[in-house]
Amino acid sequence: MTELGNGFKLKHLLGIRELSADQIVHLLDTADTFRDVSRREIKKVPALRGRTVINLFFEPSTRTRTSFEIAAKRLSADAINISVSTSSVSKGETLLDTARNLQAMAPDCIVIRHSSAGAPHHLAKVCDAAIVNAGDGAHEHPTQALLDALTIREHKHSFDGLKVAIIGDILHSRVARSNIYLLAKLGATVCVAGPGTLVPPEFAGLIEQGVRLERRIEDAVVDADVVMILRVQRERQTDAFFPSMREYAVHYGLHLNHLSLAAPDAIVMHPGPMNRGIEVSSEIADGGRSLILDQVTNGVAVRMAVLYLLAGVGHELEVPRKGNTATSSDSRATGGVRGRTRNPKRGTRN
Amino acid sequence: MRLLIQNGYVIDPSQGINAGKNLMLEDGRVVGLSSYSDPVPDGVEIFDATGLVVAPGFIDMHVHLREPGQEYKETIASGAAAAVAGGFTTVCAMPNTNPINDNGAVTRFVIEQAQRAGLANVFPIGAITKNSDGSELAEMGEMKDAGIVAVSDDGRPVPSAGMMRRAMEYARGFDLPVIDHCEDKTLARGGVMHEGHWSLVLGMRGMPAAAEEVDAERNCLLAELTGARLHLAHLSTRGAIEAVRRAKDKGLPVTCEVAPHHWTLTDEAVQNYDTNTKMSPPLRSRDHLEAILEGLSDGTVDAIATDHAPHHADEKALEYDQAPFGIVGLETSVGLAMERLVGKGIISLDRLVELCATNPARILQLEGRGTFKANAHADITIIDPEMTWSFDVSRSKSKSRNTPFDGYAFRGGVVATIVAGRIVFRHPDYGRVTVSRASHASVT
Repeated sequence: MTELGNGFKLKHLLGIRELSADQIVHLLDTADTFRDVSRREIKKVPALRGRTVINLFFEPSTRTRTSFEIAAKRLSADAINISVSTSSVSKGETLLDTARNLQAMAPDCIVIRHSSAGAPHHLAKVCDAAIVNAGDGAHEHPTQALLDALTIREHKHSFDGLKVAIIGDILHSRVARSNIYLLAKLGATVCVAGPGTLVPPEFAGLIEQGVRLERRIEDAVVDADVVMILRVQRERQTDAFFPSMREYAVHYGLHLNHLSLAAPDAIVMHPGPMNRGIEVSSEIADGGRSLILDQVTNGVAVRMAVLYLLAGVGHELEVPRKGNTATSSDSRATGGVRGRTRNPKRGTRN
Repeated sequence: MRLLIQNGYVIDPSQGINAGKNLMLEDGRVVGLSSYSDPVPDGVEIFDATGLVVAPGFIDMHVHLREPGQEYKETIASGAAAAVAGGFTTVCAMPNTNPINDNGAVTRFVIEQAQRAGLANVFPIGAITKNSDGSELAEMGEMKDAGIVAVSDDGRPVPSAGMMRRAMEYARGFDLPVIDHCEDKTLARGGVMHEGHWSLVLGMRGMPAAAEEVDAERNCLLAELTGARLHLAHLSTRGAIEAVRRAKDKGLPVTCEVAPHHWTLTDEAVQNYDTNTKMSPPLRSRDHLEAILEGLSDGTVDAIATDHAPHHADEKALEYDQAPFGIVGLETSVGLAMERLVGKGIISLDRLVELCATNPARILQLEGRGTFKANAHADITIIDPEMTWSFDVSRSKSKSRNTPFDGYAFRGGVVATIVAGRIVFRHPDYGRVTVSRASHASVT
């Protein structure tokens, strides 16, 4: 069990909603210290040597699964990937039995992606291993929100008063939920927009601070510092939430003219995988404002931080105080990362 | 042998009785009520009910006993045992067994199994349509002859308004009430909980209140069109309660029931993904819960029914969206009613008896039940309004354990259940039976 900020103990990472702002900042600060490992020639530190991380993926995923695997390996953990198609599971073993069997092999951490909301919570009830939610149904995707935050912090330095617009299928998006929680906790304001079928009015009350709902993208992006585009989930189209991809692209796709309404230094993000020409035009995706690949890069650092804090020697960590650099025990645990790289200070980066 | 329920407080709304009385039973029938001071004949068994409420046997008009076909969840015998442990002398078994009770053979089987178990009275409810698939009327006449007391496609409500109209017209010919689980499947499709704040937070597909309300309104309109007796099952939303209230104001033959979990819990209880909070209709938001309480208190609601829905632990151990709907309820219903309704002044004890005995007997036309009139069936529920107890699901008589109320503490509970003059359940601390030896006194 890991002390993370304010004395809160964190055994699993199931969602952002239950984290405090201090815990989030600590996770981001830790990710900062790991960022440089990936820039070195020898991309490995011994922090999790001898630890076992299981990536248990019940949904197809390339980016997230690879990112967790690379993160684990760069920390010297033994990473095992298990990809299970949900259909084959429904014929045989239950999720809990799978979990009990894996637990019997004494992993230190199980990273789970599942199409059912709450599946990681389910696992946490029967496993001693730390559980990391890598996306559960339409519930949460905490490491995505953390890597988005790391990317935003890199460019905007502070979340206070930051205006973030999230565009697209909010209803089915675990990315949107985790981001809304995280951004609000760190002081940003969030506006969402998308087709009426995919942005229920109740979203306005999702968090205490409130979420602004707009019907039109044009209204949502005005003065926005960050524009997050969500993926159109084609697999949801059996339910006909909108008439056609063509109409979606025209009314809810992000185009260059939208960006002229946003803040002059606005950045554009997308959790991937992109449907080019539908929710985002290639001019934007490949343009100077786009941080889409930075997000992927930061994903590795964030997942290293999460695995390190939950599966590693995190219990040795002292809680960093605001404005401080990471504590000395950090540098010990990360295998002297800092000796060779920049010592990150929150808020002083450029 | 005669049995005297002595020194109890008798509540029988069917006769407007609410008084300290002795109740004499003989050969499975009610002999009558008498004053405490009236002499007690020799050789009468005496059940000391001092300080206890003595009511006509409670009737749960909506349970799932799973037999035939899913005996690993519940059998008629285990369900009947849970019923009497929960104070119910009579339960009505919904037809969604395997095979479905859509013909006289299944109806007779259910009745025979209940007689074999010999605990609670079990009255089967037949399907509205064959195989409950909404396309062809089931043989209601044959089932009525075999012993059904109502028809319902519970859980698979008749989707087509046209078919529902035919069913109501046809059922009217046999004077069978039509019970509907109100759910427009096109609105509720894929939903696993109430649609609202918590479904958004938890990222699960919701069933909007409107899915229940559209169907409730439709059915009330059809009751007006057909003149059939309509009973709406386990209502959970404000709009559905209002639909019934309006129908009653118009004088339509519409009645309704509510379930204990809907006046006890809101959708907030789903937040730990405990599958024992998953049922259909789902736990709703606070405003809907308040509407249930208002309906109970103002008379709009006619009956309390548990929707007792046993499922095996393995099934409920699945992911939330994969787990089946339903919770067991027979052994916690009276506790939740005493604690949350009577104890909080929402309803009186008289009204509780009306909701649990008088009205269900009236709606289902169960002759000689729900009353202490002379020669009525000797079905009795005895309650200690002051008993404090807590529910321990590991000691449940049901074969299943799917309840969110394990460990709940209650003030007020069932101490004895008498069916056809026989004590089929008795709390060990209460009502040891003695035999009178003198004409003026009982032995204690």
